Amino acid sequence: MTVYAPPGQPGSPAKYASRYDNFIGGEWVPPVKGQYFENPTPVTGRAFTEVARGTAEDIELALDAAHGAAPGWGRASAADRSAVLLKIADRMEQHLQTLAVAETWDNGKPVRETLAADIPLAIDHFRYFAAAIRAQEGSIGELDEQTVAYHFHEPLGVVAQIIPWNFPILMATWKLAPALAAGNAVVLKPAEQTPASILMLLELIADLIPPGVINVVNGFGVEAGKPLASSPRVAKVAFTGETTTGRLIMQYASQNIKPVTLELGGKSPNIFLEDVARARDDFYDKTLEGFTMFALNQGEVCTCPSRALIQESIYDQFIADAVERTRAVVQGNPLDTDTMIGAQASNDQLEKILSYIDIGQQEGAKLLTGGERVQLGGDLAGGYYVQPTIFEGENRMRIFQEEIFGPVVSVTRFTDVDDAVKIANDTLYGLGAGVWTRDMHAAYHLGRAIQAGRVWTNCYHLYPAHAAFGGYKQSGIGRENHQMMLEHYQQTKNLLVSYSPRKLGFF
Amino acid sequence: MRTPSRVAVTPQAADLLRRLRAVHGPLMFHQSGGCCDGSSPMCYPLGEFATGPSDVLLGSLDVDGAAEMEGAVPVWMSAAQFEYWSHTHLTIDVVPGRGGGFSLEAPLGVRFLIRSRMLTRDELAALDLA
Repeated sequence: MTVYAPPGQPGSPAKYASRYDNFIGGEWVPPVKGQYFENPTPVTGRAFTEVARGTAEDIELALDAAHGAAPGWGRASAADRSAVLLKIADRMEQHLQTLAVAETWDNGKPVRETLAADIPLAIDHFRYFAAAIRAQEGSIGELDEQTVAYHFHEPLGVVAQIIPWNFPILMATWKLAPALAAGNAVVLKPAEQTPASILMLLELIADLIPPGVINVVNGFGVEAGKPLASSPRVAKVAFTGETTTGRLIMQYASQNIKPVTLELGGKSPNIFLEDVARARDDFYDKTLEGFTMFALNQGEVCTCPSRALIQESIYDQFIADAVERTRAVVQGNPLDTDTMIGAQASNDQLEKILSYIDIGQQEGAKLLTGGERVQLGGDLAGGYYVQPTIFEGENRMRIFQEEIFGPVVSVTRFTDVDDAVKIANDTLYGLGAGVWTRDMHAAYHLGRAIQAGRVWTNCYHLYPAHAAFGGYKQSGIGRENHQMMLEHYQQTKNLLVSYSPRKLGFF
Repeated sequence: MRTPSRVAVTPQAADLLRRLRAVHGPLMFHQSGGCCDGSSPMCYPLGEFATGPSDVLLGSLDVDGAAEMEGAVPVWMSAAQFEYWSHTHLTIDVVPGRGGGFSLEAPLGVRFLIRSRMLTRDELAALDLA
């Protein structure tokens, strides 16, 4: 067991500055209007730094810098761009503990997740796209003996990226790595709930990046995000967030005729077939862990397995075991490596979760465990903690249909595989799903029938590079985490070349 | 009997809406779904968010406490989402918070929040007739 000291305290691997400016053109640039906002840690609820409150003027400066840098970066060889990404990965690896502790402090998640998942995955992601861009090829179509179509990948130019607060560094990396590999310059706006850890990352890697290739402007959505998303000076907008803002971003993009990629969340079903309980073996144990994954990252994951569908023939015993496993989740100081669930990212997030626990009970769902805010003592007294919560109810209830974005799972039963598919697909969303069974025929059938972009089969919450991630239905447009993402950040240039010396004969 | 309403606003939220209106002009809400800042009401200048046939107008909030509804704030939701919400009454409240898409109140350190209750059988019957 290790308990890390909070950033800035003696012995802590991380130290935040007392104030952060915007990162524009390779420099730290104060916001034009001179305003800053306080950034609290969800661990204690107290502010630990202040961050530039950027506005449209700062976005313009960042776009100027990005447009200055984009042509040179776009012309750089794939080998050179790849080398920069590899150096970023190496630098992050050298400072893994620093970044992990900083991320936990900014977001509230347990440090064992940032040490084992967030930061290592981000490192690997830069390496993956460093490799993918080296391996990418255009194509040649031989249309006839003397006519050839060449297809080249060209960068889009300057792209806008708006990052969510649930995995601040990892989500920034998911968007930065393919954009940079493909030769684009980026203007990135972090979430205002978690603006600081990305800036610590930029401090660590600033010397590796040509000035203007990555620009970060912080601020509120309406003041900084909107001018970025609606700017005619960006060639594409990438956004992870929710449906209304996603629609608004599409609306702005339509005015400028720009493409968007959107990741807008889900209400992911996690399906447990009766054969999982055939033996009390390692696999059954793994299945119970799979159920409890709703508490990973405090449930603040777009693919949170927030609906558990359990076959009725095993329901009573399985849910009893699942409740027991959930009650064993250790809640406490996020900087303690033994802690399994940390703090919700903000006060309004906490309030929203509690409001859903309230409507769930009003709708008649049965609370099996949890359901309360947790008041931890000492320094953690001001933090935003919620018990892992299990509801039993019906799929029509709002707690089965809306993304609570907290450690809350809604459980119901199904009769057979067809019933499971019907319930699983009775949702507006289609981002993730889980299927647990020893019968691979059933697993394949279910996996193909569920309308979701990713169906984890006998696993859950794995996010490796080289497995495409993205949504069906209202969960968004586009994919991440895969080499195909390069094409979301590229134009296709076709050279159609005639090698014939003879005229066509029309004129 | 007067048709019951699907939406209401707390005095604190109404006060905030009056302040926002003084800065930004007439306002609207669109209820969001999905991840991160989702499942929350987003407040925009009226007309900023283009609603269409895929949306449902739940009602308008009387933030002035007056009989006339000139400054009322319309509350919209996508029709698909309404399918799952139609049995609940929504009250827009405000809590201390940070951020929330492009919603107007975020820079003030507060966040609009939905509080819900079940519509009664009588209310549902009256709304179905309306």
